[in-house]
Amino acid sequence: MRDVAVIGVGMQKWGELWTKSIRDIFVESALLAMDDAGVDHLDSMYVGSMSPGIFSSQEHLESVLADYLGQHHIPGTRVESACASGGLAFRLGWMEVASGLSDIVLAGGVEKMTDISGSEATYALATAADMKWEGLSGVTFPGLYAMMAVAHMERYGTKREHLAQVAVKNHANGSKNPRAQFPFPVTVEQVINSVKVADPLNILDCSPITDGGAAAILVPADKVKDYGKPGVRIIGSGHATDSIALHGRDDLTTIAAAAKAAERAYAMAGKKPEDIDFAEVHDCFTIAEIVISEALGFFEPGQGGPAVESGATAPDGKIPINVSGGLKSKGHPVGATGIAQIVEVVEQLRGAAGERQLKQARVGLTQNMGGSGGSCLVHIMEVM
Amino acid sequence: MPPARAWRSYPQTYRLEAARCRSCGTVHFPPRLICRQCQSRDFETFRMQRTGKVVTHTIIRTPAAAFAGDAPFAVAIVEMDDGVRLTTQLVDLDFEELKVGLPVRLELRRAFSEGDAGVIHYAYKAIPVRS
Repeated sequence: MRDVAVIGVGMQKWGELWTKSIRDIFVESALLAMDDAGVDHLDSMYVGSMSPGIFSSQEHLESVLADYLGQHHIPGTRVESACASGGLAFRLGWMEVASGLSDIVLAGGVEKMTDISGSEATYALATAADMKWEGLSGVTFPGLYAMMAVAHMERYGTKREHLAQVAVKNHANGSKNPRAQFPFPVTVEQVINSVKVADPLNILDCSPITDGGAAAILVPADKVKDYGKPGVRIIGSGHATDSIALHGRDDLTTIAAAAKAAERAYAMAGKKPEDIDFAEVHDCFTIAEIVISEALGFFEPGQGGPAVESGATAPDGKIPINVSGGLKSKGHPVGATGIAQIVEVVEQLRGAAGERQLKQARVGLTQNMGGSGGSCLVHIMEVM
Repeated sequence: MPPARAWRSYPQTYRLEAARCRSCGTVHFPPRLICRQCQSRDFETFRMQRTGKVVTHTIIRTPAAAFAGDAPFAVAIVEMDDGVRLTTQLVDLDFEELKVGLPVRLELRRAFSEGDAGVIHYAYKAIPVRS
């Protein structure tokens, strides 16, 4: 296999993009990435999108998007793994370049979520759960993560305030991100007093409904010098699945697919959790970041809550998590989220993250998951 | 939901039929074609005991449209005495009673309906077992 590098990334400001269609949003982010890389054509592309059929009444997305991107006849693939669709698109793009099949591959993601009503969007997202055997109860995604939170609190004594502190940290980070949907700070009191969604989670514990796209350009690492752009090397890729139903997992206080995907990515990269300088993780709900920070090996099981409280995951902490603002503040257009994590890591490793730039940024990790943890992608990248 | 889709699961939603692996004894609810523990394809069908305990829980306050009239309502993951776990609504209780370890029993209840002319779906829901 060949070593693979990212030489260009792009995403626009996320939010409720009423004037833009799903194709506009994708093409806009893809062109930003192609311009950043300095490439004028693609050999192939993979686009993560969870549910364009429900959100945009449009399937067969690869055909629409390759055409509107002006890349006639290229091989195009739309990838679906719920909220991990973007991460999976990135892995497939990496595989295609690593295999030697293609030299310039775009890995992107897009979701246009605000054209339909909130309850229709809730339904579209719910299809990432076990529609038959969880859906029967009327449980929602906030409800599934709320049940993880209750289990975590019961076993480890994790406090309500710990959950709120994740939102506070990520909003503080996102307030420095010009592309974030909600770039403003919130307080612990605001989180705890916001509207209840699924006890113990409130609305400010939840990531939002968002329109947005993101893209990255992948090339063989030994050709980076041909482009004159700073490349970032992909040194580890891990992928795992698990039971789609939360009740099908042995331990409700962890996300085993994340631990398994991380184990595979660490092994490929020859790195350990303590070698990682910073991470972008899938904080679809505040409890998710706590559970994932443990599953990735940054903290012992049960220590994720106290770690947030101590500042260990803040930008000046031991392991900064979600300096971009995370899904919580940046927004969560489900298919694009996994690629937006890549965008942040690449910009940090290039030293081009502006006001958010970390002092120590040589090895970065992304963790992107689908549903309540039925699928998970972990990638590790390093400066070249 | 298409009527055939609902009908296919009546053995589980109405009668709690599960499958026990004849090779390793693992219980599957719903039944499967291959055992997740030992890969055996040999099962016996049986009706589960209706009793179990709450493993974790929540209160849904913003539901999907089909459950809008029910909110707020409690949902729990219940571990049945036969060893399997399932996700179900927890009814006939005050929310203050919700706790991990709460003994419950499954009963057949109305689950949801699909409009004025739609099918009414019935399924198991958990109620507390009070001593």
